[in-house]
Amino acid sequence: MTQPSILLDGLPVPFVDGQTIMDAAMAADIFIPHLCHHPEFKPQGSCKLCTVKANGRYVSACTLPARDGMEVENNSPDLNDKRRTLLQMLFVEGNHFCPSCEKSGNCMLQALAYELEMLSPHFDQFYPNRAVDASHPEVLLDFNRCILCELCVRASRDVDRKSVFSLSGRGIDKHLIVNAESGRLADTDFSWADKAAHVCPVGVILKKRSGFAVPIGKRRYDVEPIGMQVERLAARSADEES
Amino acid sequence: MGAEREPERGAERVVVGDKRKLRLATASLAGCFGCHMSLLDIDERLFELVERVDFDRSPLTDIKHCGACDIGLIEGGICNAENVHVLREFRSHCKVLIAVGACAVNGGLPAQRNHLDLGQCLQEIYLTAPDIVGGKIPNDPELPLPLDKVHPIHEIVRIDYFIPGCPPSGDAIWKFLTDLLDGRTPRLGHPLLHFD
Ligand code: SF4
Ligand code: SF4
Ligand code: FES
Repeated sequence: MTQPSILLDGLPVPFVDGQTIMDAAMAADIFIPHLCHHPEFKPQGSCKLCTVKANGRYVSACTLPARDGMEVENNSPDLNDKRRTLLQMLFVEGNHFCPSCEKSGNCMLQALAYELEMLSPHFDQFYPNRAVDASHPEVLLDFNRCILCELCVRASRDVDRKSVFSLSGRGIDKHLIVNAESGRLADTDFSWADKAAHVCPVGVILKKRSGFAVPIGKRRYDVEPIGMQVERLAARSADEES
Repeated sequence: MGAEREPERGAERVVVGDKRKLRLATASLAGCFGCHMSLLDIDERLFELVERVDFDRSPLTDIKHCGACDIGLIEGGICNAENVHVLREFRSHCKVLIAVGACAVNGGLPAQRNHLDLGQCLQEIYLTAPDIVGGKIPNDPELPLPLDKVHPIHEIVRIDYFIPGCPPSGDAIWKFLTDLLDGRTPRLGHPLLHFD
């Protein structure tokens, strides 16, 4: 029997049973923009950056199982316009001042903005006021850049078995919290060795005293656009020394 | 003011991509002049630029008010009342208005004061900081009134194009301008498009 395949932007892409559209695409080295997806974690489908059109309907590529003969539209002006709008909303909801962010050059949100040619935030800025948590000896948390992807939540709960992080509140008030009575990272058993310290796609969970070590021009996405790094996207920074 | 000065120049209807010399104006609002430095960073291509455009209001010409222009480059966000007036003057005189740099695009570094109380900031800087003796908050009527919050310029007027970067490189500015002057859709690809 021949292997089942989907038709991704007209290209036959094989998959094995149980794989999602995202899995099949990544295995074939084809980039579908994504933020809350991480190849090592169960998909949750919340950011919608991976929206594709499967048999004419908008769906999340990271959660929809591939089916034989499925026609999937991915890299099209229509979808990229919608994705750019999602990015713009993420940018204005937080405080994304890239020039002073330690993650700049290694950040997936920023790299996607480059990939999709997002030149402006378009919407009015929210400028939220979120205090940073610098209590932990090794790690700084800057909540101003959190995009609520829950990767740290999933990693800490499912891999580290510590459940250090969770989301709290609803709608626009939804935010990331630290599971300690004080709410401070120092009052948890979190450590830089945790998986949760190495999954954040943006600049929230940062190692202290190591920022800006790699010069501009040499950082991960300076060197190569995100769309050409599909097989390396599980590692969140090229200079990850852990 | 600019508005009265300009009827004769307004008659010069120039289409971008036309052989005629275009008029270019530049201004820095709540920025650091880094983007203007980047404009100078196009180096000897400045000669080619002045072949193709005449500079109107700009720190390079010292003209104080903007006349009818084809292209306006704005660096910096909006942090005081004067910024708003200058920006509106540019919008009403420039056919194509371009936001240049992180501060114009999203407020940038100056906007990082937005979660602080402006009154408290002024008090701390001019009255209560260590080493200050007999200080007072400046209130000369000549000084523009600071705004409560810093804003990117697209929140005040319509902006036609954005060149992000802190600052955008001379190469990025050159690519954008030459695309525009040659009548192409301006585009910045990797690695010219960056936010820092
Ligand atoms: S997290 Fe990414 S997008 Fe946000 S400020 Fe940092 S580099 Fe920029
Ligand atoms: S801190 Fe990072 S990993 Fe955790 S939810 Fe926010 S963006 Fe996602
Ligand atoms: S990557 Fe699929 S919804 Fe976020």
